[in-house]
Amino acid sequence: MLEAKGLSLSAGGRELVGALELSLAPGQCWALLGRNGAGKTSLIHALAGLRPPQSGTVALDGVPLPAIGRRELARRLAVLLQDEQSDFWGSVLDYVLLGGYPRSGNAWSRDDESLAQAKRWLAELDLADRAAQGYRTLSGGERQRARIAQMLVQDADILLLDEPLQHLDLRHQAIAMGTLAARAAEGKTVLAALHEPGHAARHCGFAVLLYDAGRASLGRSSDMLTQANLEALYRCRLETAGAWNPLPS
Amino acid sequence: MKPATAVVLVLVPASLALGIAFGSVDLGPAQLGDALLGRGDEIAREIVWGVRVPRALAAFACGGLLALAGALLQVLLRNPLADPAILGVSGGAAAGALAAMLIGAAAAAVNLAALAGASIAAGAVFAFSLGRSGWNPYRVLLTGVALASGFGALVGLMLAIAPASQVQGMLFWLLGDLSPAGDPTAALLALAVCAGLAFSQSAALDVLVLGEDKARSLGVAVARLQAIAFGCATLATVAAVLLGGAIGFVGLVVPHLLRLSGVHRHRALLPLAACLGGSLLALADTLARTVAAPAELPVGVLTAMIGVPVLLALLTRLR
Repeated sequence: MLEAKGLSLSAGGRELVGALELSLAPGQCWALLGRNGAGKTSLIHALAGLRPPQSGTVALDGVPLPAIGRRELARRLAVLLQDEQSDFWGSVLDYVLLGGYPRSGNAWSRDDESLAQAKRWLAELDLADRAAQGYRTLSGGERQRARIAQMLVQDADILLLDEPLQHLDLRHQAIAMGTLAARAAEGKTVLAALHEPGHAARHCGFAVLLYDAGRASLGRSSDMLTQANLEALYRCRLETAGAWNPLPS
Repeated sequence: MKPATAVVLVLVPASLALGIAFGSVDLGPAQLGDALLGRGDEIAREIVWGVRVPRALAAFACGGLLALAGALLQVLLRNPLADPAILGVSGGAAAGALAAMLIGAAAAAVNLAALAGASIAAGAVFAFSLGRSGWNPYRVLLTGVALASGFGALVGLMLAIAPASQVQGMLFWLLGDLSPAGDPTAALLALAVCAGLAFSQSAALDVLVLGEDKARSLGVAVARLQAIAFGCATLATVAAVLLGGAIGFVGLVVPHLLRLSGVHRHRALLPLAACLGGSLLALADTLARTVAAPAELPVGVLTAMIGVPVLLALLTRLR
């Protein structure tokens, strides 16, 4: 269980999150929605222990994150960052296998189990035929899927993802969200910052909406992802008529 | 085995053997063999064991230290242009050494002054690079560049006011010169310690290539890793500069030569860089001692004259 208590975050003199109370339980899939600059990335970084909050605590199974060693934390919590400086020189398989570092302490562990894991997630994310290719030669969307595969190789119980669907085409968005939802169904905890309420409604049982000035609301997606809430969140009118409907049916 | 590894494994003994076999005095193969076995002519024995062996080992240690420091700084600063001079340590050592020369100090005092200058520079880089949120590689880069420029100005000033009789000695120091290197034991020890310590962090350095936050999220204690690796790079640079002055190019180019040859994992890159840097400097020093014998050329000039075309050729081949 990952819990934030009284969590406040600010950046550039702006309050992003104010006294947030959030409990992410095993088996839950959470969507994190908000306008650009609302604080989604800052919240994910704080939940992952990558930035200290202005106030409040984040605890994993009751232990505050700063009290957990880096390696130990990485075995239990994996995070997909939005920006990654990817000057990686090796193959896609090499890249994905780096996800095994927290468990093996070896960046190039190629035992049968790591290889099987890496190949499984590459196949699930439709990258099996790219395994031997140079990582640098991948397209943006393919790199994004390789990054998700690396995170899944980490085999942590808690998965925090900052815009996992960026650069992905429609088919691969569905594949990625299906993979994440399946991990939650297996008992892992998933929280993903998304820009598509439709994906949030289809795949995530719970949602956090980050409004301006540190205000947030959270709960079941069916209660959160209403037209009124989303229009207030994004400060625009949503067109719900016609063939495409971003709202839950 | 990768071709680069095979080449380095051949180069290490070959460069040391050439350094011992050639010099300003011509020793035939028989004389050389006898001297190596401690037999025959006393003068030949003294030339081999008293001059050439320590000199070849000093060149090897110096080149190894510089290449190791370069490889570490390039990954830590995520900057392909990083080399030992970027820490400002070479500049600090140069300013110290030249100041001592200017007041006519003895060789030992020149070395002490170089050590003091290097320590001041290293201390300043460490002090200014620790920001509120911990270690910051960009501050290291900027502090080092600023200090190097400042020390460069001091060096220029001292060259301008120095009597003509001292200027050549100063220029040799600045260009890199192994003739006053002396006993290489301390430098070899520094090389072994730095290489061992850096090697122990090689897996974490591989992960650091993905960026600091990603490395942190994969369980790397980034601040500790940076402190260890910067410490190693600084110690290696100080040891190399005290031995051979400001020898350029080796630290910048040797890691790139290896990466361009397909060696990327730090477990292989770090030891191979140390060995290749050492061999190349030992070879360059042998050339510096022999091409214009009995005069010696500054080895730093030769490292650049050989290394630049080699790197450009490799870049062209891989275009």
